[in-house]
Amino acid sequence: MTRATAAIVGSGNIGTDLMYKLLRSEHIEPRWMIGVDPDSSGLKRAADRGLITSAEGVDWLLAQDERPDIVFEATSAYVHRENAPKYRELGIQAVDLTPAALGPAVVPAVNLGAHLDAPNVSLITCGGQATIPIVHAVSRVTEVAYAEIVASVASPSAGPGTRANIDEFTKTTARGIETIGGAAKGKAIIILNPAEPPMLMQDTIFCSIPVDADRDAVAASIKQVAAEVASYVPGYRLRTEPQFHEPQFDDPTAVSGGLARVAVFVEVEGAGDFLPPYSGNLDIMTAAATKVGEGFAQRIHA
Amino acid sequence: MPYSADLDIRVTDSCLRDGSHAKQHQFTVEHVRSIVAALDDAGVPVIEVTHGDGLGGSSFNYGFSHTPEQELIKAAVATAKRAKIAFLMLPGVGVKDDIREAADNGASICRIATHCTEADVSIQHFGLARELGLETVGFLMMSHSRPPEVLAEQARIMADAGCQCVYVVDSAGALIMEQTSDRIAALVAELGDDAQVGFHGHENLGLGVANSILAVRAGAKQIDGSVRRFGAGAGNTPLEAFAAVSDKLGIRTGIDTLKIIDAAEDVVRPIMDGECLLDRLTLTMGYAGVYSSFLKHADRQARKYGVSGAEILMEAGRRKLIGGQEDQLIEIAVALAAKK
Repeated sequence: MTRATAAIVGSGNIGTDLMYKLLRSEHIEPRWMIGVDPDSSGLKRAADRGLITSAEGVDWLLAQDERPDIVFEATSAYVHRENAPKYRELGIQAVDLTPAALGPAVVPAVNLGAHLDAPNVSLITCGGQATIPIVHAVSRVTEVAYAEIVASVASPSAGPGTRANIDEFTKTTARGIETIGGAAKGKAIIILNPAEPPMLMQDTIFCSIPVDADRDAVAASIKQVAAEVASYVPGYRLRTEPQFHEPQFDDPTAVSGGLARVAVFVEVEGAGDFLPPYSGNLDIMTAAATKVGEGFAQRIHA
Repeated sequence: MPYSADLDIRVTDSCLRDGSHAKQHQFTVEHVRSIVAALDDAGVPVIEVTHGDGLGGSSFNYGFSHTPEQELIKAAVATAKRAKIAFLMLPGVGVKDDIREAADNGASICRIATHCTEADVSIQHFGLARELGLETVGFLMMSHSRPPEVLAEQARIMADAGCQCVYVVDSAGALIMEQTSDRIAALVAELGDDAQVGFHGHENLGLGVANSILAVRAGAKQIDGSVRRFGAGAGNTPLEAFAAVSDKLGIRTGIDTLKIIDAAEDVVRPIMDGECLLDRLTLTMGYAGVYSSFLKHADRQARKYGVSGAEILMEAGRRKLIGGQEDQLIEIAVALAAKK
């Protein structure tokens, strides 16, 4: 099978973890790893695995005779905004793991097919990748007027970028819950928990549903979509059965805003490719990026 | 050095914010008007008004507000003659636009809370608050869970970001006497003249007033309480009792003790759904070091799933849950029910 060639731009933790995933792919050949620091351990690891490495940044990559079909951007929103027009001009499809949000937002289990020929796609946030599929699962069988997600992440796996821009996380995720998840209104909450040993990423998804919604259909749809996510994020799982409102106890009451709801509890254990298993929040991003890249690759060589 | 020429310390009442937990966030404009009028008349210098979990807290996870909090803030600002109106926000729950709206509605003190190891998530919010000309306060929540030197480092991050007073916040009501004063002293030593230090207590081990007095003796310049303990868990430091004790000890709070005693009985108590009690669940919280706001949620899930509320709270302690993780209590209850 002909594989599409790819470059990873950004040789930090995310880029390195992504490299190990791409090396296992049947559809993508990761050929370049690009950084800006010659002492980066990510570049050394990439060189060890036979990738072409450079610490001279994207301009070096794009000046080569042979260029990648796909580029994975694991730098920062700021750097990606600089780089994106260059990729576009050269016809290189970009998978954006930063919060820059330039291209259409993609959650592989929901809308990958709709954007296979987009020049640039955004992976939203880790919380979005973990929760939007569930909102979609509910909204495809019943009306979701409001959906809310709570993402709990181990403190050591929340980097300085996330910490300095926590508003952007909640706002971008909330927007994805609406535009991709299919909720009329979305809200996102993020909690950084410093417990030792570090907790796995845990996400709770609350979707308002009509009081008389078909609960069996909702639950079946949730399980089906969770299995689809698990096909590309092996550590993604439901922690319990979906939990529905029980009118005599909780919903709908004033405290529930007069809304009936289903609550879904998921956790994400990382594959441990490079990052520790508790960093499910980072693993789901690199796993989703791999899945999107494979979608691009299959289209390129179809 | 006293807080000002007239006050040794400045007191903030949190009935209309921490009490929001006990009221399950069902405050009305009328409630706010009567409580603010009574506290203002008694000389309480700062009154905090927000959803219990801060701006943007109205949600499935924490409970939806009866009346939008910004409406409550407006009502408080319109009612207060002397008192300043404060609001709370938690980065990750609320956003900067919420702060702008509260400032536009006339609130003048922005209190920003993070878990006590995660102060760096508040930097952008302190920056904005100062830019808007708001007075700033920082909350290091669950302060019992880390030693004084860790809290001091985190306080430094907040102060450098523009926070003017960093609070040791005993969210679980788990601090005991010297554990309070050691933490306050560490912050005072670290911050010096860069920022003041405050203390926010809970009654889960029955020590709100005592801990607050020790905090003052260790150098705290701002103290929180809630009239009639109206707050999460077993409630907050009872403000009327703290005012009375401060009077006796010659600590100037500016609060009229007899008036605040009357306000507690005649105005605040009738608005409460019940007294905030030191009972099985709330004592368990202090004992296990569990976030006080989990009380009503644990109670509700215990009834729904037919399991023990105390066991839910003990498990929350074992899992080292922090403020904001109310969703996890549902999952704990489901797991306990499955075991039965």
